[in-house]
Amino acid sequence: MTHRLTRTTALASVLAFSAGALSAQQLTFLVDSSADSVAVTEALTAAYTEMNPDVTFSIETRPGGGEGDNIIKTRLATGEMPDLFIYNSGSLLQALRPDRTLLPVDEIENFGLINEAYVSTVQGESGATYGVPYETAQGGGIYYHKPTYEELGLEIPTTWDEFMANNARIAEETDVAPIAQTYRDTWTSQLFVLADFYNVLQAEPDFPAQYTANEAHYSDTPAAANGFSRLQEAYEAGYFNEDFGAATYNDGVAMVATGEAAHYPMLTFAVGVFQQNHPDLMEDVGFFAQPGDDPEANGLTVWMPTSLYAPADTEYPEIVNDFRNFVASPEACDIITDTIGVTGPYLISGCDLPDEVPGMVADLLPYFEEEGRTAPALEFLSPVKGPALEQLTVEVGSGIRDAASAAELYDQDVAKQARQLGLEGW
Amino acid sequence: MQRRSPYPYWFLLPAGTIFFVLFLVPTIASFYFSLTYWDPFEARFAGFENYVQFFSEPYLARGVMNTLIFALLTSGLKTVLGLLLAVLLTSGMLGQGLMRSVVFFPVLVSTIGVGLLFQELMHPTEGAINVALSWVGIDGPGWLTNPSLALFSVALVDVWRGVGLATLIYIAGLATISPDYYEAARIDGATRIQQFWRVTVPLVRPATTTVVILSLIGGLRLFDLIWAMTRGGPGFSSDVLASTIYKQYQAGFWGLSTAGNVILFLVIAVVILPLSLWFNRKEVDL
Repeated sequence: MTHRLTRTTALASVLAFSAGALSAQQLTFLVDSSADSVAVTEALTAAYTEMNPDVTFSIETRPGGGEGDNIIKTRLATGEMPDLFIYNSGSLLQALRPDRTLLPVDEIENFGLINEAYVSTVQGESGATYGVPYETAQGGGIYYHKPTYEELGLEIPTTWDEFMANNARIAEETDVAPIAQTYRDTWTSQLFVLADFYNVLQAEPDFPAQYTANEAHYSDTPAAANGFSRLQEAYEAGYFNEDFGAATYNDGVAMVATGEAAHYPMLTFAVGVFQQNHPDLMEDVGFFAQPGDDPEANGLTVWMPTSLYAPADTEYPEIVNDFRNFVASPEACDIITDTIGVTGPYLISGCDLPDEVPGMVADLLPYFEEEGRTAPALEFLSPVKGPALEQLTVEVGSGIRDAASAAELYDQDVAKQARQLGLEGW
Repeated sequence: MQRRSPYPYWFLLPAGTIFFVLFLVPTIASFYFSLTYWDPFEARFAGFENYVQFFSEPYLARGVMNTLIFALLTSGLKTVLGLLLAVLLTSGMLGQGLMRSVVFFPVLVSTIGVGLLFQELMHPTEGAINVALSWVGIDGPGWLTNPSLALFSVALVDVWRGVGLATLIYIAGLATISPDYYEAARIDGATRIQQFWRVTVPLVRPATTTVVILSLIGGLRLFDLIWAMTRGGPGFSSDVLASTIYKQYQAGFWGLSTAGNVILFLVIAVVILPLSLWFNRKEVDL
């Protein structure tokens, strides 16, 4: 990866020279350090430079997670933000005060091509839009090991009870761990709660609005508290891999790819890791949405793509928005697909997926094609998201705390966030 | 009576400016910011809300308890082991110089490196420690994944890492004790054990003071090792004050995190000041 980065930088500087010092403009670009983001950014900027030889890019990487959040916030506040940067859509964006700090994108030519549900997750209070989607949408659900399912003759579950019945048979009849959990990477513990949100929304369609207004909470809304109790149920049944407390995200992917575990609840960006680490086992792994109580209402919780933003005080607003216009085009989607493969559906109309996609991605697509079978995760419907969820879910998943108490503590955690944002009614 | 400084004022100015700008201003500013909700864009006055919030954090009580347990445990072990090792390493044994280096070596290694190394060694199924235990038929525990063990596992690693410094201080302390005392004690017929309790322990008191205070402060504000090994987990079970504060900062609750730092400052002051006074008075009495 470093190697590739150096090569691009070298290429960029050669281009800068040949374009002549007067007309050359170099834009700075801040991306998170994951291999996929860096590869996509290199490919897109190289393609743009090819079309506009006097514009070059200098790419800088940053860590992800909370550390990355703070880098973004301080850079914006001190006016040190590069001309372009990648960051989350939804609740995390609101903490950046987009109306004050970011460059709107409403006026670009391809704006009409961007999916409307997505647009609402990158708007400020003023109603202006600040980001274009970078890469594809993600689903949150459960990866499963196909050979294990075939061997036992199991069906894809459409309710939680069927899912647990499958687990029971796997536990009884094989040595395979029914569910992989990987708590050294604490964020991976949240999936049963977060990916249950499609089911919450089926039972309580008004939950996001009431939740934002401090009228509904996890602890007093049974449908919402379900995610916690399901995690507890799975722990108590003893379905987790033996080393769940020390295993990592990569271990989880490996376990479900090799069949050491039958299920791994995860976001679908894991496709990249499957491709990277287990290219031969790709077709052994399938994917289904986290089932709820009602087999008729079975659908997928969706994560919006990360977005490409620019600070309001960039020196080159026209070029920045021209580049973002390019990113919101079918050509850009094709470049992304060529670079890292297909990881999910694009939110730009006119972006087609190739005919042949890995089975685990193909499993994801029907949810998007049928009306009403997807719902955005809560963080895209409400600005309020508590930061301690991953510790609470580790506690529930390790049997340290019960589901009800975790839901209560999570409500208190959420209140802190709402007060920090200065929301009304908290 | 104040003795006049022998230096002209201009000579004191650079250090004074640095002290004012980099130490005094931030300290005072942090008291103010702990009373606000702030982010890099604005600060809204919140009164004592952040302090109320910090004390009503359900995991905070645990964080305070863990901090005290951790500080007392590591400080105690470092003091006792440090003294015993120092006595051993000044006894004229073979390869003494080499052994001193070996004991001191962990102090030189990066804390994060130590943390990551032990995280691997303490892995419940594949770690070297539990694999070795399984050879003798012991089913090793989840050192870092068992919530009631995690804090103690980190504490033991911290002792391993820090005992070299305590030993070094004690070796220096032992060197200052005149051999005459031991000779006198031997003539009086004191046993080895009596010599240790009646001569060595009282006379290395200055070293003990340094070791206890340094290791207590180190234990109270420890962050890097915990963060590298458990990040306060599983759940909140090995969270200490410093890691709780860092988590609030990471989450964007900067006011709350500033309030936490003010509290940590006060806790350290409350623990260390009286202790330091007590030790110093004893030293005068001696």
